[in-house]
Amino acid sequence: MSTIIKDTQKMIEEVLDAYPEKAKKERAKHLAANDPTGQCSTCKVKANTKSRPGVMTVRGCAYAGAKGVVWGPVKDQITVSHGPVGCGQYSWWARRNYYNGITGVDTFGTMHITTDFQEKDIVYGGDKGLDAALHELKELFPLAKGIGILSECPVGLIGDDIEAVSKRVAKEFRIPIVPVRCEGFRGVSQSLGHHIANDTIRDYVLGKGTLEETTPYDVALIGDYNIGGDAWASRKMLEEMGLRVIAQWTGDASVNELGIATRAKLNLIHCYRSMNYICRHMEEEYGIPWTEFNFFGPTKIYESIRKIASHFDDTIKEKAEKMIEKYKPVMDAVVEHYKPRLQGKKVMLYVGGLRPRHTVGAYEDLGMEIIASGYEFGHNDDYNRTYPVMKEGAVIMDDATLYELEEFTRRMKPDMVGSGIKEKYSYHKMGVPFRQMHSWDYSGPYHGFDGFPVFARDMDMTVNSPTWNLIRRKR
Amino acid sequence: MRQIAVYGKGGIGKSTTTQNTVAGLSQAGYKCMIVGCDPKADATRLILHAKAQTTVMDLARERGSVEDLEVGVVLLTGFNGIRCAESGGPEPGVGCAGRGVITAINFLEENGAYDADTDFVFYDVLGDVVCGGFAMPMREGKAKEIYIVTSGEMMAMYAANNISRGILKYAHSGGVRLGGLICNSRKTDKEYELISELAKKLGTQLIHFVPRDNQVQRAELRRMTVIEYSPEHPQADEYRMLAKKIADNRDLVIPTPISMDELEELLMDFGIMENEEAAA
Repeated sequence: MSTIIKDTQKMIEEVLDAYPEKAKKERAKHLAANDPTGQCSTCKVKANTKSRPGVMTVRGCAYAGAKGVVWGPVKDQITVSHGPVGCGQYSWWARRNYYNGITGVDTFGTMHITTDFQEKDIVYGGDKGLDAALHELKELFPLAKGIGILSECPVGLIGDDIEAVSKRVAKEFRIPIVPVRCEGFRGVSQSLGHHIANDTIRDYVLGKGTLEETTPYDVALIGDYNIGGDAWASRKMLEEMGLRVIAQWTGDASVNELGIATRAKLNLIHCYRSMNYICRHMEEEYGIPWTEFNFFGPTKIYESIRKIASHFDDTIKEKAEKMIEKYKPVMDAVVEHYKPRLQGKKVMLYVGGLRPRHTVGAYEDLGMEIIASGYEFGHNDDYNRTYPVMKEGAVIMDDATLYELEEFTRRMKPDMVGSGIKEKYSYHKMGVPFRQMHSWDYSGPYHGFDGFPVFARDMDMTVNSPTWNLIRRKR
Repeated sequence: MRQIAVYGKGGIGKSTTTQNTVAGLSQAGYKCMIVGCDPKADATRLILHAKAQTTVMDLARERGSVEDLEVGVVLLTGFNGIRCAESGGPEPGVGCAGRGVITAINFLEENGAYDADTDFVFYDVLGDVVCGGFAMPMREGKAKEIYIVTSGEMMAMYAANNISRGILKYAHSGGVRLGGLICNSRKTDKEYELISELAKKLGTQLIHFVPRDNQVQRAELRRMTVIEYSPEHPQADEYRMLAKKIADNRDLVIPTPISMDELEELLMDFGIMENEEAAA
């Protein structure tokens, strides 16, 4: 074992020392010094297990995963938060999933619709209220192409039969009514919500859309939620290389697009964590191959374009090369401009289920170094994809606690931290440059050729802002 | 004011026993109230001579929420001035009846249903303590005294033991105590001895053995307690005696529930299982 790994391990132990014995033993399994070669047996973290009470995890719940991530962005479907008002209210369009359409007429993405449970709905059951809500929705929004019923916790406790209501009303309306059993108490994080949502796509809409004709170049863009316009940037590129994107999942998606992905020749998956389930299903049931790709930063973009093109004929391969040739000067100019300002800057990341590994290349393109990275809800397969892209001795964190994040920051002194809204303000108070990497801090897109210049500008703006020097630092 | 909760296996006769006992207490001059904690809302039928039509939850549902209710509308007066309220709740298979009990009891409390000159409040609670809602009457500040209605049948005894476990849980946090077992006789073998022994094991007493008598059914058919229907009948005296024993009872304990094995042993000791084996 190298000294650099040993040094990191020593630091992790010091941070863990503040915990009581039991907590320390448990948390130790979730923190590791990275070994990109995979030879060091103690350099792997345990993942996807229950958070330890009292340590202030920043994880979300199954409802957050199903509603906020997977189903929420589907634009011409109405997503009903079934239960008391809070879950829907406080997760209201938090992820900035952009879409085209006239809100309230043919699209409903930014609307918050809930059955608003009262005491009487708990005692007498909420299914009659749900039925009434569905009928009101149909009358108010006749152009809705589907309705999703996203269960909040109490629905699971009182046993509302939302499946029966859905079945009956779907028959009446002739549109998919999708009951999603994503009660927040299920599972250990939002990750189970993604899985549940994938399963309902499979059971209620997959294979049921209409597509006039198919071409040999049809692909589906899976696991891109169009945050700040990400999916549009990605789609543009896929089209420029000669592919036809028949479905975008689920950023700016229509219900029909969820139905026709089974007609694609290849499924392209960006956020592996939240949508690998449905890709595997389409592979098994429909024989559609799928491939992971990464559109963050030029290095990974070029690699991914070539990887995607390799699944198609020479026309596509040629177009792909031509596209790379066309944009390379633009990307080089971005790097040339920003790299001198960002070279050698150290970054700590703690995000959801994809970005802790997928954005590493983009930072490295700008000369920045990722010294620590971690997932809120990653599984073992995510970490196995992460170890090789991280530097030796970097800290790998699973379900990190606020204490751990602050301690690692104090000891490793990153020049920038990229994490979520719950972490943002404590870092502001610490005077550490911070970027909210779930919703791109109200910026974006960050994907593709359109996204990288924005990404580079934002990171420069964050790291080099003079504002940080005005904060009295307590480090 | 003494708040008392009556628990026991479903169908064991909790409501009948409670209403007859309360009738006895009220005849003895005590001011009493019954709160039915069962969505079936039939815990006050013998006192009101009709099934309560306005339960707390049904009315709250009709009007929007409990905030829209007045306590006078849900608090009815029946035989001998006994006041009655029913929590109400959903039909079987939907919603959460337990939450209904919690909401209803809170409503009654907050709106002064238990006035200063009430001597006894009886909570008549559905079946077993299946969830937190049905344990509501034994939580802090509510009933301090529990009586369990049982019989010599194994499942009734099993339920009694289970309920004791619930009491034990709340005994330390809320101060609830077990007042005793009431045996509502099913005329099983050695019933009196068996329930006396079970009471001993649970650290409590068999407060009264109510013999089986069809007069109870006759009165029920006329929507009355035995005490009202046939005040001179010996069965009426049984309930009066139970009422007096409860009024005088100072023997309140933290129960000592037993294991399933111990319960089976008990049945064995009293020869019930052997008898059955011999018969088979």
